[in-house]
Order: sequence, then C-alpha cells, then structure tokens
Amino acid sequence: MDNFEPKIVAFCCNWCSYAGADLAGTSRMQYPPAIRIIRVMCSGRVSPFLVLKALSVGADGVLVLGCHPGDCHYIEGNYKTMRRIPLLKKVLKQFGIEEERVRLEWVSASEGAKFAEVANSFTQSIKNLGPSTLDNLKQSSKGAKHG
Amino acid sequence: MAKLKIALYWAASCGGCDIATLAIGEKILKLAEAADIVFWPIGLDFKYADVEKMPDKSIDACLFNGAIRTSENEHVAKLLRAKSKIMIAYGSCSYEGCIPGLSNFYNRQMTFEHVYIETPTTDNPGKIFPQTKVKVPEGELELPEFYDTVKTLAQTVDVDYFVPGCPPEEKTTWLALEALITGKLPPKGTVISHAVKAVCDECPRKKGEKKIKKFYRPYEIVPDPEICLLEQGLLCYGIATRGGCGALCPQANMPCTGCYGPVEGVIDQGAHFLSALSSIIDSNDPEEIQKIIDDIPDPAGTFYRYSLPDSLLRRARIK
Repeated sequence: MDNFEPKIVAFCCNWCSYAGADLAGTSRMQYPPAIRIIRVMCSGRVSPFLVLKALSVGADGVLVLGCHPGDCHYIEGNYKTMRRIPLLKKVLKQFGIEEERVRLEWVSASEGAKFAEVANSFTQSIKNLGPSTLDNLKQSSKGAKHG
Repeated sequence: MAKLKIALYWAASCGGCDIATLAIGEKILKLAEAADIVFWPIGLDFKYADVEKMPDKSIDACLFNGAIRTSENEHVAKLLRAKSKIMIAYGSCSYEGCIPGLSNFYNRQMTFEHVYIETPTTDNPGKIFPQTKVKVPEGELELPEFYDTVKTLAQTVDVDYFVPGCPPEEKTTWLALEALITGKLPPKGTVISHAVKAVCDECPRKKGEKKIKKFYRPYEIVPDPEICLLEQGLLCYGIATRGGCGALCPQANMPCTGCYGPVEGVIDQGAHFLSALSSIIDSNDPEEIQKIIDDIPDPAGTFYRYSLPDSLLRRARIK
C-alpha cells in the first residue's frame, strides 16, 4: 500500500474554497498532488449525483468544500450541502462504501492554510483506507438509454 | 397490410407486467386486428425451440418484461433480440431492474442463504442449495445459473424503447402499442410515457413551500387529503419521478414510490431524490439534521427501490 497514490476529486465553490485553494498555491503551501480541483459556482451545486459519478469512475475520495455557514454567496446554497452530505454518507454505507471517502469542509477565501491542512489530512485518510474498488464495474456497458 | 408479429416474454419479474398488457381492456381487440402473437410463455404454448427456428428479425416487436438475473433470462434476451426488429424494455424490471434488482444490495450466496435457510417457513437441515447440474437416477438435470448481480435488459442487449412503470399503466401500454400499430415510432431510446415532467406536475394536491422537520412512514400518520404529501413529511418520490401515470398513488393518499423511473435527462434517479429531499430539511444545525435523517430507516433501499441495477453504482460492494 506504500506506493498507492489516491485520486481525489475536490469540488471547490467559486467564492470561498476555490479562492482558498488559490491562496494556498500563491502562498506556496505544500499539499499532495492527489487532489484534483473542480471549480463549481457553489457547494450547493454539488449534487450527490456528481459525488457518486466521481466515485463510480475511479475517484478514491471526494472532497466537497464550501463557504462557512452564513457566508454563502447565494445565501443558503451551503446549507443545502450541509443537509445532503450526511444523507449521502448514510446511503454510501448501505452500498458498502466507506463513508470516510466523502468529506465536507468549510474553507473561506482567506483560509489557504486550512485548505492545505484539509487536503493533507484527507489524502492521508484515503491512503489509510486504500484504493476504492468501485471502478471494477465499468460504465461502458451502460444501455442505450444513456447514449 | 400484413399483420405485425409480436412476442412477449417475462424474465425476472412478478408476472404483473403480463397482466398489465391485458389491462388495455377492449383495445385488445384492436391489437388482435393488427398483430399476431408469436411467442408468449404465460399465455400460449410455445417453446424456446420454436423461437430458435424463426428467421432473424422476423418478429416485428418484442415486449420484454423482467430483469436479467439468470443465464436463462440472458439467453432468451439475446435470442429475442436477434429475432426481433424492435426490442422494448416493458416495465420497470427490464427498464431499471426494479424490485428484483434490490438483491444487488446482497450477493448470490447471501440471497441463497436467506431464501433456502433463514426464512422462518424453510426447513432445510441438509443446507441444500440449487445447483446448475445435478445427477439423478434418470440422468443429469440442469438449472439455469443464478447470477451474483441483477442487470437491466439494456445492460444485456441493445434496446430500442423503454416503457416505464411497475407495472406500466394501461394508457402507457397503449401509447407504446399504438405507436407500433400505426408505425409512428419515436426516436430510438425514447422512454414511452405521456409525460417527460415529474409526477408532481400531474398531482392535484396543493403545493406550498417545502420544509420538513420530521419524516414519517405511511402507517404513522393519516395525511391530509388536500396538501402535498411531501410537505406532510411522507417520503413522496413524485418530485424525482417521471409522470404519465396520472399521479394515482398520491390521489389515493399514498406517497409515490418512484416506479416510472427518472424524469427526462436524469441518469441516477436515487441521487436526484436524495438531493431534492435532503435540501428541504428545515434545519441549519448539523446535529438536528442528523436526527431528522435518522428517521429514514432504509434510505438506499427507498431511493433506489426501482432503479438499483440501472444506477451509477449498480450494486453494493460486499466485503
């Protein structure tokens, strides 16, 4: 397991967490290359579908990062995320997937250090869990319904 | 015009879809005028060998109900695909996996142990399980192989159309049959239903702002007959389910369970219901949110009741 390099998708909201990630970069803070950032307008845009999609095509872990409660650019987008992720985790557990593979964190635009810290600790926890076994059922044989 | 040749088949299903094809009532006379049934195991005495002898593409349309769970299901699906010009996944089982597909939360061994040992009415001290081959004095007997994972029809063969429902409503069935009879067929891959929008669009209940403090199961409350069931805390699946049924269940004071599958453009029905449902929880406090969520006893089974094999994850991972 020593040479396991996880693939981690991090959904970052445009207004806080993406700027936080940017700050971590411009401040030359170190965080693992396992993190693949996808910028979305709001953490409320991160439908559970996107998290499941990332997991089903081979992500070993998914981070959902948004503005702190009360700071959402769209007033309450992150509250919706706050309600969705716990229910999604419950569903994942029933699917036999470790709920630790999905983590929700609040990272503001000024928290470059927190972004790096979350990226580090999440990567470490995924390394401890080992590779996800989810991509063993490839989606290529999906029927005509999905084109 | 020569009569159409139609085949009907049942794979892993309950038989309800075959009854649903008969539910079209007197329209069955119109069907009989336009079409001959060349294969229908539940209704007419044909053998697989009869189908094997038919030339390829000699059947105009096959209405295939049931999911693919055994090697027999798969064999007949492939056979009928080869013999039919049009393959229709009829009903939720062949379209999305439906109730038989819920066994994808388990594997073959767990299913066998439950069915052949654990059920209270079973007495099986020798722990005898079905085998694909067994020797008896008269010779060797064969049974189809029982697969670990239930699949949809479209995951097995190329499918032209989908008819949703558990079982499909009479008017939905007729919409598909009428298209066949008149030859006015929609584009390949169409889910044939009167609606592309959600069940809520057809539901006559009064709808307001949705905020939920507590979820209830249907036996726990007597819901108000006028107000949206979801607003009353019942897990009504109408918001994430294709209409076309006429919102029958909500009108009978029962929440929609999602049998018509996802609305147009949605791939994973369960994920979308999860998303919509959790968004309307009326709390901004993580602890209270967790408490409200804990009132849903089996979220994965509820959200994927009809669509587990067709979902992104398809099955649970068993360690």
